[in-house]
Amino acid sequence: MVDLIKRAKELIESAAVKVVIGYEQGTGNKTRAIFVEKAEDADKLIFDSRCIQNLAAYITKKEVKEKGKMAVAATLPVMRSIIQLASEFQVNDDNLLVLGITPESKLIEFANLVEVETFVHQYQIEIDERNKEMLAKLEKMTSAERWKFWIDELSPCFKCYACRAACPMCYCHRCTVDFNQPQWIPVPSHELGNLEWHLMRAIHLTGRCIDCDACYNACPLSIPINLLTKKMLMDAKEHFGGYQPALKGDHLMSTFKADDKENFIQ
Amino acid sequence: MNIDKRLIRKNSLEKLFDILKQNSKTIYAPFSKNGKTTFRNAESFAGISTGYIQTTESSKDIAFPRTEKILDYSKNKEGMSVKGIDLKDIPEVILWGVRPCDAIGIGELSSIFNWDYKDEIYNNRLSKVTVFGFSCNKADEYCFCTSVGGNPGNTAGSDILFTRLGEDGDYLAEILTEKGQSIVNQASALFEKSDSTEKEKYLAEVPVRFNHEEITTKLDKFFESEEWIEQSLRCLGCGACAYVCPTCACFDIQDEAHGKKGSRLRCWDSCGFSHFTIHTSGHNPREVQSSRWRQRIMHKFSYMPERLSVYGCTGCGRCSRACPVDMNILEHLISIQEVTI
Amino acid sequence: MAEFEPKIVAFVCNWCTYAGADLTGTSRIKYASNVRIIRFPCTGRIDYMLLLKAFDEGADGIIVSGCHPNDCHYTSGNFHARRRWIMFRSLCDFTGIDTERIKFSWVSAAEGAKWADIVNATVASIRELGPYTEYKKVAKYPEKEVSHG
Repeated sequence: MVDLIKRAKELIESAAVKVVIGYEQGTGNKTRAIFVEKAEDADKLIFDSRCIQNLAAYITKKEVKEKGKMAVAATLPVMRSIIQLASEFQVNDDNLLVLGITPESKLIEFANLVEVETFVHQYQIEIDERNKEMLAKLEKMTSAERWKFWIDELSPCFKCYACRAACPMCYCHRCTVDFNQPQWIPVPSHELGNLEWHLMRAIHLTGRCIDCDACYNACPLSIPINLLTKKMLMDAKEHFGGYQPALKGDHLMSTFKADDKENFIQ
Repeated sequence: MNIDKRLIRKNSLEKLFDILKQNSKTIYAPFSKNGKTTFRNAESFAGISTGYIQTTESSKDIAFPRTEKILDYSKNKEGMSVKGIDLKDIPEVILWGVRPCDAIGIGELSSIFNWDYKDEIYNNRLSKVTVFGFSCNKADEYCFCTSVGGNPGNTAGSDILFTRLGEDGDYLAEILTEKGQSIVNQASALFEKSDSTEKEKYLAEVPVRFNHEEITTKLDKFFESEEWIEQSLRCLGCGACAYVCPTCACFDIQDEAHGKKGSRLRCWDSCGFSHFTIHTSGHNPREVQSSRWRQRIMHKFSYMPERLSVYGCTGCGRCSRACPVDMNILEHLISIQEVTI
Repeated sequence: MAEFEPKIVAFVCNWCTYAGADLTGTSRIKYASNVRIIRFPCTGRIDYMLLLKAFDEGADGIIVSGCHPNDCHYTSGNFHARRRWIMFRSLCDFTGIDTERIKFSWVSAAEGAKWADIVNATVASIRELGPYTEYKKVAKYPEKEVSHG
């Protein structure tokens, strides 16, 4: 990605930013994040279809932020995360510059986060076909079958919290599972601990998740936990017309409508 | 020293499994779920994963479970009553399909559980495990057992080591311990005598990538290096590497109470978590990821060799494969070796 | 054999449902005694984890009840609660948690009779569903020794 390399060098050399976060070739056939602080390291920047890690997970990380102003190579999911984080006051124009990568893999530079938002709003968050089918399959099951499916599917989980670590929206300094007076969510990996962790993760991400699959991609055991967050996305659309990350305005769960409809309250 | 060598015909492996099952043996073997392999209770031979270079999770779960109860307590009029678990209830298990790097890891893990306090529960579980090691015919770029004193046909830690002699071949079985011998006694017809010297021919090629003694020596002066920060910037601080590692032993103690009764559980923990070393006062001596990453490497390659005379790494490469952000330990160690202080 | 008596936990708001339950008592209306009431200032205070904890600790059913929309003592707490319940109930149903065991209602301070009806109906329906053994099985983890995943 020649444009990206050139632009990264310019930004570092002019001290416009202190670090450019992008992708580099990893070991084997993997790609991974790179933190370019010297212009010559910019030559390592790459971009291709393997680059799916959500780099927005790094822009709230203390060790990265304290370097100074950051620039981040951002695909559409990363851009969405950035807008969501900005709406939650975690990043702003002073500490972040977005080097956008369009769905056609072209570099697009944004002067500020408002321009990123405009770009992001051209696209709807759509759940992919394969997972849509899986969600439909689960819907057709009985409640008992779903219980069995999830207890079984979550059984390999050993609570490594890679899903939490990889998600840009999980930036709480002290996660709800880290509290022990009282211990809300059981820490150990057993049926209850696994179930309640994944339930709470999904509900805490409701209205904030932008469907990047970072959680699923990070899971060392390939557990399809992204089905839970996708279900919340689907429900948000069904009940409340869906949501888009937006710099201004209310979040799905921090607001309400006087005529929110339900069919289960007596 | 002469090792008792036997030949198991390729179709006899299943027969061996069935005989052991008939003798009411519990067998843990690798199973695949969502494309990842973990060790599970095997009821039948069908479904056991084969052809993997390395399982996703290690087999340490068998002696150091991801979660285990260590005691029950209950409060009544007289006070508090505490009951430890009954070690007699811990079953005997055959661990089937362990690689030499895992088998040797058992010794390394045991040294942690026995260095100052003898962990009765761990030792008891381990004493009831019979290890069926399977030599490696293939390796990938993540493997580096030969750099840490191991090799793909290493017998250390196994009770029986099986080596497949060729792609569709029979198995050479090296009977290494009394436990191994007692297995042979249960199915002696399947274990034909052998004087095969073919083993080396079928082992994977795992080139040595670094000198582990040099690294241990270098680490003595490496504590303040900036290299830790460079290496760990992309680390997300999850527990994947610690949990899949055969020699990582950090654990947490959790009390789970229901009213007046409860249990104390031991479960896995990771030094990579940001709150791992947090004090009640709020002070955290390892406040940044670089100090936590440094701890991981130092513990495995400096503190353990220094204090326990064993290495804390078997070169299985699982951490590198499991890591969501490609913290490839082999790559990091080579770069430590290459950096001039 | 003794008939199964469900254990129901009720999370109610102080200003409406709790007062309503009080009225049920002062009106001398008899109703099922299976319910354990937990008082909150407002339904907006009810955290998702609390509902799961009720099942953890052995509840067979849950009632969540507060002020009618537009009548919240804190103006909009119950509106926030309603939106949360919509999403959480759906997530629970998706993972196979029996949402027939969680009843949501609006009961005002004047609706003593309604509270009795809600409780009686809930107890009857849970009695028919039986004890919540699936959840109890996973929550009574300490009875099992070891988890290998």
